[in-house]
Amino acid sequence: MCLGIPGKIIEIYQINNMQMGKIDFGGVVREVCLEYVPDAKLGDYALIHVGFALNILSEHEAQETLDLLKQVSMSEEPVDDIFG
Amino acid sequence: MKHIEEYRDSHLVQGVIAEIRRMTTRRWVIMEICGGQTHAIMRYGLDQLLPAEIELVHGPGCPVCVTSLELVDKAIAIASSPDVIFTSYGDMLRVPGSRQDLFSVRANGGDVRVVYSPLDALETAKQNPAKQVVFLAIGFETTAPANGMSVLQAQKQGIHNFSVLVSHVRVPPAMHAILGAPHNRIQGFLAAGHVCAVMGYWEYLPISRQYHVPMVVTGFEPLDIAQGILMTVRQLEQGSARVENGYTRLVTKEGNQSAQAVIDRVFESCDQKWRGIGVIPHSGWRLKPEFSAFDAETRFDISEIKTDEPPVCIAGLILQGLKKPYECPAFGTQCTPITPLGATMVSSEGACAAYYRYRRD
Amino acid sequence: MKTITPPLDGPVCPLPLTHHDQIVLGHGSGGKMTHDLIAKVFRPPLSNPALDAGDDAAVVQVCNVAPNQAPLRLAVSTDSHVVWPLFFAGGDIGRLAVCGTVNDLAMMGAKPLYLTAGFVIEEGLDIAVLQQVVTSMQAAAQEARVQIVAGDTKVVQKGKADKLFINTSGIGSINTDIHINGSNAQPGDIVIVSGTLGDHGIAVLEARGELGFETNIQSDVAPLNHLVEAILSVSHQIHVLRDPTRGGLATSLNEIAAQSQVGILLEENQIPVHPTTAAACEMLGFDPLYVANEGKLIAIVGPDDAQVVLDAMRATLYGAGAAIIGEVGSHHPGRVLLKTAIGGTRIVDVLAGEMLPRIC
Repeated sequence: MCLGIPGKIIEIYQINNMQMGKIDFGGVVREVCLEYVPDAKLGDYALIHVGFALNILSEHEAQETLDLLKQVSMSEEPVDDIFG
Repeated sequence: MKHIEEYRDSHLVQGVIAEIRRMTTRRWVIMEICGGQTHAIMRYGLDQLLPAEIELVHGPGCPVCVTSLELVDKAIAIASSPDVIFTSYGDMLRVPGSRQDLFSVRANGGDVRVVYSPLDALETAKQNPAKQVVFLAIGFETTAPANGMSVLQAQKQGIHNFSVLVSHVRVPPAMHAILGAPHNRIQGFLAAGHVCAVMGYWEYLPISRQYHVPMVVTGFEPLDIAQGILMTVRQLEQGSARVENGYTRLVTKEGNQSAQAVIDRVFESCDQKWRGIGVIPHSGWRLKPEFSAFDAETRFDISEIKTDEPPVCIAGLILQGLKKPYECPAFGTQCTPITPLGATMVSSEGACAAYYRYRRD
Repeated sequence: MKTITPPLDGPVCPLPLTHHDQIVLGHGSGGKMTHDLIAKVFRPPLSNPALDAGDDAAVVQVCNVAPNQAPLRLAVSTDSHVVWPLFFAGGDIGRLAVCGTVNDLAMMGAKPLYLTAGFVIEEGLDIAVLQQVVTSMQAAAQEARVQIVAGDTKVVQKGKADKLFINTSGIGSINTDIHINGSNAQPGDIVIVSGTLGDHGIAVLEARGELGFETNIQSDVAPLNHLVEAILSVSHQIHVLRDPTRGGLATSLNEIAAQSQVGILLEENQIPVHPTTAAACEMLGFDPLYVANEGKLIAIVGPDDAQVVLDAMRATLYGAGAAIIGEVGSHHPGRVLLKTAIGGTRIVDVLAGEMLPRIC
């Protein structure tokens, strides 16, 4: 129900008193509305859905999850206490 | 693409699935609530790789599929009016109304335009002051902040030739409807990650408790979905029923406060008819009275449209997860993506379309 | 608070069949709706073996005056170009018009020789624009080494044509030992594509400006007859050639699978897509397998020659990115399957109608 993909914020500016920005999705650049991510900084990755940034992606959480999943996929025994 | 490719890693996905296999000791029925997740599962063939004991059931998480027939007819009526530019997200254009779809309106000379963002529709209104620009504002909670902002901005900037035709649906009441239904088979839920990015997942805690059903907030890439299934199966095997977050890079329990604030400002709760399911109380959002000037239902005089619904299409049972698309007598014969009988075949996210496109055997 | 759940009404199907008694945009998308239109409206009254074969160009024979000479085999094709906007990154309607027909002929193994060009021009078009288009056609024709030998011009009132429509028809000659057409694929054959997919479709969409995105993607529009000549010179095992234009790779492979009554299995990881094209498709919810190409071809080749054909392709200007993407089998005749990046298998269907950006 929600086609949203992460893109990198490469510009931030105001239009009509709205916080807007340019997002780079791996070489595709589009203007999006940043009103819902007031703390956004250049270089942050945000989830973009229908031209709006809905959340800033946490690189820390992303890395933690990937590390955990790597552990899971390498282990031979059931890993019971992953994800806390 | 960063933060996407990593979650399509074949080795990691297979590794997580192996873990699911090790952990599964009996049959479990899990529903993924979101059309985007259904699409990913079918498109990657993820369900084929899971152990046979895990049955994935596809929920009504496709806003295109569940938009009521009456609303589609209203959209078509408005789009057919003179001096109207009708704007919409792309996937709504092929949804059949009682007699035609928005594509046919265009074929008959109507000005129907696809937009990527509601702000583009607003811009169209600014550039065409002599026309009425109407935006078909559908979606789940994920899309409400965007749709809501277009109304707020129209009010702020005084764009009076802009109006919205609203049909918003909410996940929690749908979960209640599914879990509370007499023949419910669902034992665990993969909650929709992007809905939760906006709303958080605090709304699911009482539902999980009431029905004793584990729920895991899940993303959309194959690795995310495998992870969500793993976490759900782990709870099921342990007999627990909690809400867990499997999409921590984008979801927090509280959700996005500024987005929720705009939703509260612009919309209020209402009963909503879900195509193929019926009316679910308090499951929709409509514009608050203070924004009625921008409500297309008020601006265009559209009376209640009654429709007869043929019995062949079992979209209802499919949307409730009670039947699979291939169990429908019309699947692939009378009902195909070109000649859809129901919305689940029209929408590229609908379960029937996904099965037709990816898994016709 | 006790939550009252509603009684669920059971199955309610929303709708009777939508009959399209009129043409809608989907009929022009190159997918199933187009095929159905051709089958229901065009083929019945016009049917003949050359037309019914359903390939990129028709193969016809002309019997020579001298009785003991083998009949001359010709490929004949026609194509209309209505692209909007007229100019886009990497190309324009003129280049498209020439390359489109050159490629259709080349896909039969023909040497393209002569083209015609018919112009339907909307009143008010700048002559400078027309000149630019014609210059581009001249350059493309020179590159392809074909001649435009006949033409026609019509002007229609403002609003009756989208600035400019061009129709090109072409003739090419086919050597007696060449038999390349969509019904020739055989189990065991290897499927090769000449380069990255989806670039043209995305470049045109971007040029339209309606979806508001910017990239550095260029249309791949190019004449492929020299590439075809190069591979024909190293192999007699080239069974099928097709250029995946509207409807993309997926639609073309489905056509071939149906014509040859074979199954085709693709490897997702092997299919070349430019990362930026892939990103644009992600953003819009498109599948690159369905996006149009105007400078790529599919070659279905006997297994023993697959490597030499691949090498020959990669040595040409437009085949540098060539890759083996799958194989032909006897299971699932008429069906195209894909082994996904994570190891599952799914069907690759034809495009249904218009491809729409989605929010789901």
